[in-house]
Amino acid sequence: MNEQDSHPTGSSEVTPTGEFGSGAVRLDQGHVVGDGGIPERFQNPGFAPHIHRGADIDHAAAKRAERTVGGLFLLSILGTLGFIVAYFAIDPEATIFVPGIGQNKALHIALGVTMALSLLGIGFGAVQWAKTLMPDEEEVEMRHTMRSGPEARADFVSILDDGAESSHLKRRPLLKYTLGGALGLFAVPVVLPVLGGLGPMPGDDLSVSYWNGPKEEDGTYANTPLRLMRDPQNTPIKASDVTIGSVFHVMPDGLLDLEEHLLEAKAKAAVLLMRLDPDIITSQKEKDWGYEGIVAYSKICTHVGCPVGLYEQQTHHLLCPCHQSTFDVTQDCKVIFGPAKRPLPQLPITVDDEGYLISKGPFKEAVGPSFWERGSV
Amino acid sequence: MNALAARRRHPAAIAILLMLGLLVTGFAYAAVAPQPAQAESSTAQDVTAGKQLFLANCASCHGVNAEGRVTGNGDKIAGPALAGVGAAAVDFQMGTGRMPLREPGIQAERGDVQFSQKEIDQVAAYIASLAPGPAVPSEEDVDPTKGDPGAGGELFRVNCAMCHNAAGAGGALTRGKYAPSLMGVEPKHIFEAMDTGPQSMPVFNDNNIEPKDKRDIIAFLTAIDEAPQQGGHALGSLGPVTEGWFAWFFGLGLLVAAAVWLGQKSA
Amino acid sequence: MSTEIFPAGRPADRLRDGDRPEPQQPSNAARKVGGVAGWIDDRTGAAKGVNYLLRKVFPDHWSFMLGEIAMYSLIICLLSGALLTLWFVPSAGHIVYDGSYVPLRGQGMSEAYASTLDISFDIRGGLLVRQIHHWAALMFIVGLTVHMFRVFFTGAFRKPREINWVIGTVLALLAIIEGFAGYSLPDDLLSGTGLRAMEGFVQTAPVIGSYLAYGIFGGPFPGEAIIPRLFSAHVLLIPALLVGLFTAHIVLVAVQKHTQFPGPGRTNDNVVGYRVMPVYAAKAGGFFFIVFGIIAAISALVTINPIWAYGPYDPSPVTAGSQPDWYMGFADGALRLLPGWLEFHILGFTLSLNIALGALVLLPLVYTVLGVYPFVEKWVTGDTREHHLLDRPRNNPTRTGIGMAGIVAYSVFMFAAGNDIMAIKLGLSINDITWFLRIGLFVLPPLAFWVTKRICLSLQRRDRDLALHARESGRIIRGADGSFHERHDALTERERWILVQHEPVAPLELMPSVDENGVARPATRKERLRAKLSHFYFKDAVNPVTPAELAAAHHDGHRAEAIEAAQTPFDYEGVEGSHEGHRGDGHGADTDAGLESDVDARGVGSSSPIRE
Repeated sequence: MNEQDSHPTGSSEVTPTGEFGSGAVRLDQGHVVGDGGIPERFQNPGFAPHIHRGADIDHAAAKRAERTVGGLFLLSILGTLGFIVAYFAIDPEATIFVPGIGQNKALHIALGVTMALSLLGIGFGAVQWAKTLMPDEEEVEMRHTMRSGPEARADFVSILDDGAESSHLKRRPLLKYTLGGALGLFAVPVVLPVLGGLGPMPGDDLSVSYWNGPKEEDGTYANTPLRLMRDPQNTPIKASDVTIGSVFHVMPDGLLDLEEHLLEAKAKAAVLLMRLDPDIITSQKEKDWGYEGIVAYSKICTHVGCPVGLYEQQTHHLLCPCHQSTFDVTQDCKVIFGPAKRPLPQLPITVDDEGYLISKGPFKEAVGPSFWERGSV
Repeated sequence: MNALAARRRHPAAIAILLMLGLLVTGFAYAAVAPQPAQAESSTAQDVTAGKQLFLANCASCHGVNAEGRVTGNGDKIAGPALAGVGAAAVDFQMGTGRMPLREPGIQAERGDVQFSQKEIDQVAAYIASLAPGPAVPSEEDVDPTKGDPGAGGELFRVNCAMCHNAAGAGGALTRGKYAPSLMGVEPKHIFEAMDTGPQSMPVFNDNNIEPKDKRDIIAFLTAIDEAPQQGGHALGSLGPVTEGWFAWFFGLGLLVAAAVWLGQKSA
Repeated sequence: MSTEIFPAGRPADRLRDGDRPEPQQPSNAARKVGGVAGWIDDRTGAAKGVNYLLRKVFPDHWSFMLGEIAMYSLIICLLSGALLTLWFVPSAGHIVYDGSYVPLRGQGMSEAYASTLDISFDIRGGLLVRQIHHWAALMFIVGLTVHMFRVFFTGAFRKPREINWVIGTVLALLAIIEGFAGYSLPDDLLSGTGLRAMEGFVQTAPVIGSYLAYGIFGGPFPGEAIIPRLFSAHVLLIPALLVGLFTAHIVLVAVQKHTQFPGPGRTNDNVVGYRVMPVYAAKAGGFFFIVFGIIAAISALVTINPIWAYGPYDPSPVTAGSQPDWYMGFADGALRLLPGWLEFHILGFTLSLNIALGALVLLPLVYTVLGVYPFVEKWVTGDTREHHLLDRPRNNPTRTGIGMAGIVAYSVFMFAAGNDIMAIKLGLSINDITWFLRIGLFVLPPLAFWVTKRICLSLQRRDRDLALHARESGRIIRGADGSFHERHDALTERERWILVQHEPVAPLELMPSVDENGVARPATRKERLRAKLSHFYFKDAVNPVTPAELAAAHHDGHRAEAIEAAQTPFDYEGVEGSHEGHRGDGHGADTDAGLESDVDARGVGSSSPIRE
């Protein structure tokens, strides 16, 4: 391992010698300006003389260093013991006051702090040991360029060449092409079942919601009116309950009773119900699809699908907490700020005979984030 | 029995029965129906005292008859009309120090309460006397020990967390408005805020979230407010942003300090 | 070999003389170790290789520990993650919680969320392990990011380390994907909202979006497949890739030997530092415990991801302050900044560039740009030599400027992801912050480039000034002829070396339009671009003081000024002229150590003409 031979660090050893001193200078060895013998570049002056630490020259300092390191290791042992005691002795419900934090579960703090002590004792001890008692003179290891020698490289090429030759790869193209084909195709049996089994085709799934009602056998939807129910209380809402300034979080009747695929249904059917003074609604369609100023909009953001729940009752703005798309409820939930493009889809509503709010039909477009084939409604 | 049986064909019997029926229905209704506006304790005296306080402290913005006042360009309301906002709104706004407004701004901020509870009650009585509106809730309505924190948590997450944050730490609204932190807010004021919908906040009246459900929400907020920290400093319960800052500044700072110490020559 | 631990108090000069203690009989303990090691070596022949590793020299500098912060954090993640798998149930199956956290009792939730609550509240020390896992994950990515900064700004990615740089960028990309998968596993309201957004991103992929989303989620969002799939990715697939690549990363560091900062005695052909045994083993091993200890202390005292506060995932509720962990912040921030008009409706189809650009393009783009940077720089500078000495960042102002511009652009995106938190904490309007950052994205990075480059150039000029005139002492001395001058404290040779060691640089120049045979040879467009970029890269370089300049400065202050004036930016010819014919050898650093210089490897100098 000659490249790792340690070089004594005297400066005379690494300072170049004879490179510029011998009169004639080769072009690739440096440049001498004029006749003064001044080199083009400065020379590396070599290592500075080593300065010894206290512990290298003073027994007492070394002893102190030893005690510091030993003390740190001892601290680690104490930390570990403390951890064991805390683990068994502390009631999980007990709390302790920690300045800056307040009341906190005592077990958690005790376990964490003792564990940290146990680890930091070892870490600081080992580093302190290395810094004070282990040799602190830097050593030199030589580098070589990464590339192999020309022989090795030529050898490599010839081995490959010989291999191709001796295996008849070059002479028998049939083998080459069939092997290529086989290797190219063998991944298919692995990948195909994975791709095929990942999930169903979306079909029209993204474009319909629970408000469409159950899917008939012929692929159409019942589109029967559904009552608007409070989320999560699951109670129907009378039009008279919705006062101006109110906001109701709404699910279609029956959804919250689902045993299966509850969250999938919720993710598309969530609706926000608000009542505005009809005079400030600027969109005729919004008025027509609402009921006396009560309007229902999809709660799923048209950006990436977060619930747009933040309704400011004075400005009639709806804000999405994820990316701050802002929708103006008075303008048919048009986007007035943020990264969303499309307005929130409106759910047409009316009241039934008992005065409860019901849907007049499903959403007329896909709710939630855009996708390629959603149609440009 | 006999006497009653004998008189049941008396011409007055029907009238008496009718009267009885009406009375029973009336009392039953009064017992069951939600209590509107006026707290029983408010007296004419309170209303008068409240009006005096109102004229001295509120009328400059809300108008001498609480009819609201318009300033300047006509589109900026200095103070909205207060008929119908109810005692609950007064108790909330003055009880949390939001009113009287210290300075015009994007939204009224919580501050030091400037009136005694008695004075606030008097102003509330005056405002409630103008038109019926939500009343101050009873002790029992807002008693967190009577609510179910689990059910309240679910209601809170659906109806409140999008603005106030799941841990009640508050959040941003548009154009500098914000939903304040709910930690340390009195249960009564939480109830009143839901009932009246102050500022940007929508109204969650009793038809939307029943008083019992409101109490569950209060129980939930009290539970998370009073619970000890589980795993150390909560960093304001603001989520991953503060955690990331902490990792960059404190975590990396400590580790780099250790690395610098490690790389230093001890000579 | 000076690998033995010398007893303290030995005479100071013994080592210096190359004196060695007498070979001693191995102690009892050493014989025992030898016995076990011998048994293994009999069967593996490992001694030779292990000896080589134990004697390897590593240079010591605090910034070289940044990568170790990342490496150790990754190991801590692996350890704590293995513990968490003992209790975590990767299932979206619905159950009703009845554990010990009262505010959630009686709530319906997924098994994943319930088991995470159990880890937090019903398993002693479980919350500590969870917090260690999460804090270590954040520190892993913080560590690898600052490690990447160090490598970039010091030019440590140059030949022969380009492969390791590419491995590093792949590791960084995998790390954030791994982090996102882990963040999503507990199925709490926050992480579920993150998944909801992720589904939205995928859905906007042109043409195949909805199919891709249904493939990933196994049907409509959220479905029950995503949690087990993410679990498999988080604990098996990505960690396997991470550990494999990270091993390759470390092996390459060992094979190529660590880079070092320039300094007296440090050359391009040596490594100066401490041997693994004992110093580096103690320091690096100790540092592992320090990193673990600090992360444990943070986990003891600071909550991270309090999933109990967020509640179980449900698509209807959402919490204010919905953000991803910081390392995904730049992508989330991009989504907040991109305007809505980037969604287009063409022929009945929807193309949502307002989402796809930030969510699907930006992430791979950032890491691709990082990955190809070394190759671009090499092409622009024409530098094909091996570099083992690091650049001081000031000595490569253009690269440093580019790096700072990149950091600033990244930060603008990242800050955008926290715009709502900044709004409430600083009392600002979220709309104003968003607009400020939208404009800042275009204004701030060029500004950062310009400012950084100017600072670097100023520092370089100050270095030149120091090297030429040494430090101004403030003492005025009157000369024999009655003139006054200020006395300058001389620099020692070693102090000066730091300031003058770097190589002079110059832009690549176009070949003459007529070659040596007189045949016209128009420059190709590619060559012109290369010359232009090279000019951009080097145009106002400040080159180090040469001995001739120093000698001139010593002889005559006015002449030195004249020479410095000739060194002003944009004007190379004046300086180059005097060296003509010698620059091509790129000699430079060879003069330093009296070692065999590999002229072949340095064949192309810094101002070599372009020839494809």
